[in-house]
Amino acid sequence: MLDWDNLAYILSGGRHQTFEGYTNHIIPTLIQGTIDTMYMVGFASLFAIIFGMLIGLLLYITQPNGIHPVAFVNRFVGIIVNIGRSIPFVVMIILVFPLSQHIVGTSIGRTAAIVPLTIAAIPFMSRVVESALNELSHGIIEAATAAGATTRQIIFRVILPESAPALVGGFTLLIINLITFSAMAGMVGGGGLGHLANSYGLQRHRTDILMYVVVILVILVQIIQGIGQMISRKLDKR
Amino acid sequence: MLEVRNLSKTYAVKQGNFHALKNVSITVNKGEIFGFIGLSGAGKTSLARCVSVLEKADSGEILLGGIDITKLKGAKLREIRKKMGFVFQHFNLLMNATVFDNIAFPLKIAGKRASFIQSRVNELLEIVGLTEKSAAYPATLSGGQKQRVGIARALVAEPELVICDESTSALDPDTTRDVLSLIKKIGAETGVTFLVITHEMDVVKAICTHVAVMEDGEIIESGNVLDVLTKPKTPTAKRFFWPPDSVFEVSPQGGHICRATFIGEAARKGFIYEISRKFNVELSILSGNIESIGGTMVGSLILEILGKEEILAKTLNAFKENGVEIEVLSNHA
Repeated sequence: MLDWDNLAYILSGGRHQTFEGYTNHIIPTLIQGTIDTMYMVGFASLFAIIFGMLIGLLLYITQPNGIHPVAFVNRFVGIIVNIGRSIPFVVMIILVFPLSQHIVGTSIGRTAAIVPLTIAAIPFMSRVVESALNELSHGIIEAATAAGATTRQIIFRVILPESAPALVGGFTLLIINLITFSAMAGMVGGGGLGHLANSYGLQRHRTDILMYVVVILVILVQIIQGIGQMISRKLDKR
Repeated sequence: MLEVRNLSKTYAVKQGNFHALKNVSITVNKGEIFGFIGLSGAGKTSLARCVSVLEKADSGEILLGGIDITKLKGAKLREIRKKMGFVFQHFNLLMNATVFDNIAFPLKIAGKRASFIQSRVNELLEIVGLTEKSAAYPATLSGGQKQRVGIARALVAEPELVICDESTSALDPDTTRDVLSLIKKIGAETGVTFLVITHEMDVVKAICTHVAVMEDGEIIESGNVLDVLTKPKTPTAKRFFWPPDSVFEVSPQGGHICRATFIGEAARKGFIYEISRKFNVELSILSGNIESIGGTMVGSLILEILGKEEILAKTLNAFKENGVEIEVLSNHA
């Protein structure tokens, strides 16, 4: 017969004498960490998708041979996006600290982490959106042009519906990337599962919590990937 | 209704400039099904793309209903485009939209009422025979069905001019025949003007009322389909309309190989035997066929005529008197 209290004692490195005490402490901690991670990833994804879609569309439309070529805008935005993408995330967090202070009033905690996460994710999202749109055949845009559609109609009635499956795939990629980024943000005061892994796993040598964090992250990624693929497949009538 | 004047178009390529269109001029009247035939690179697709303003011409005018469409921009250009339909080689359908929504697209962007769209699209679905496929997605359709959707989409906004750019080139022969007869039927019933871009002679024979032969960016021959096909003047046109001269087994006595073209009534009369007896010449048929071009029966025979020069001349004259086009291809006498 398994001695649960003994197991709790071993797992917690002697900090908990009973299994009940162990779970009473650890489960709320992990739940809070998961909620914080989802909070950061959720908001950062939302903002990154909004701005990434706008910038990605802008890059797509203004490119040479695009539906509204503007070489200057395309090059300028492209350079900004490339600069954003070339800054390592850890460096970005430090760079953005003052900005977080300015926008959300604090530079630590889960809300503060949304700012660097969003800023790091926008350039990535922009390129993902751009390449998703570039997969569209030029022919369908030409057919819409020949039918007398305006640029706005081409965007909303042709480009977006036709690239929806690829875009959803891109959003999935972004959210999963943000989950791993958020863990990194947690390391430097961002909250969430990354914070747990750091404060318990690293500093207090709580290998058990570190393992739980990894398991939760794996499950989160699997769920997001599964949902993303399901939606993408449902949208794709090709 | 469509008048192209001195249209030129140049593309920049690696080795300098490629003159896709050189001073092309042509007039297309209402209700005509005007074919443009040529080898690839002859400029026919460039012409189609310039007429639909998908491509900007370098110089020249394209008058549609008296308006020069090459000068139009913005809203005015979009208005003109709504008066034209375009049928593409690779269909270019929205893959994430149903057959109904694909056909409805031109009406939706024109802001038509839902009830009108419903009835008009259903009308078109019936014309192209896809009523049951209304809610299907293009991926589930065959090539021929996809092109029917393309044709319905081109026609739904009641255009004055429909441009078909190699519309049957991606289809198998049976499906091609179906799609062509559909175009012909629509042309006859609605009086819509068609520009049919093709490299296939059979397409021109099957549906066109008029034809222009293009080569190196120029129209080298044009006119009524029967005239151009039965009396081609340039070598390129001849190659298109007449299969390359096969090697015929020439009789030991040596004769003249001739091509005789029988148009309309002449194709029905049997006077070869009569001529042969009258001039006492030996006439043998090496090959022959009869087909319908623009609704007229046209027979074509390759004959070998054995006999002296003066008899040959008389024989040829007798054919011509009976309304038969005849020319000597080679002389082995």
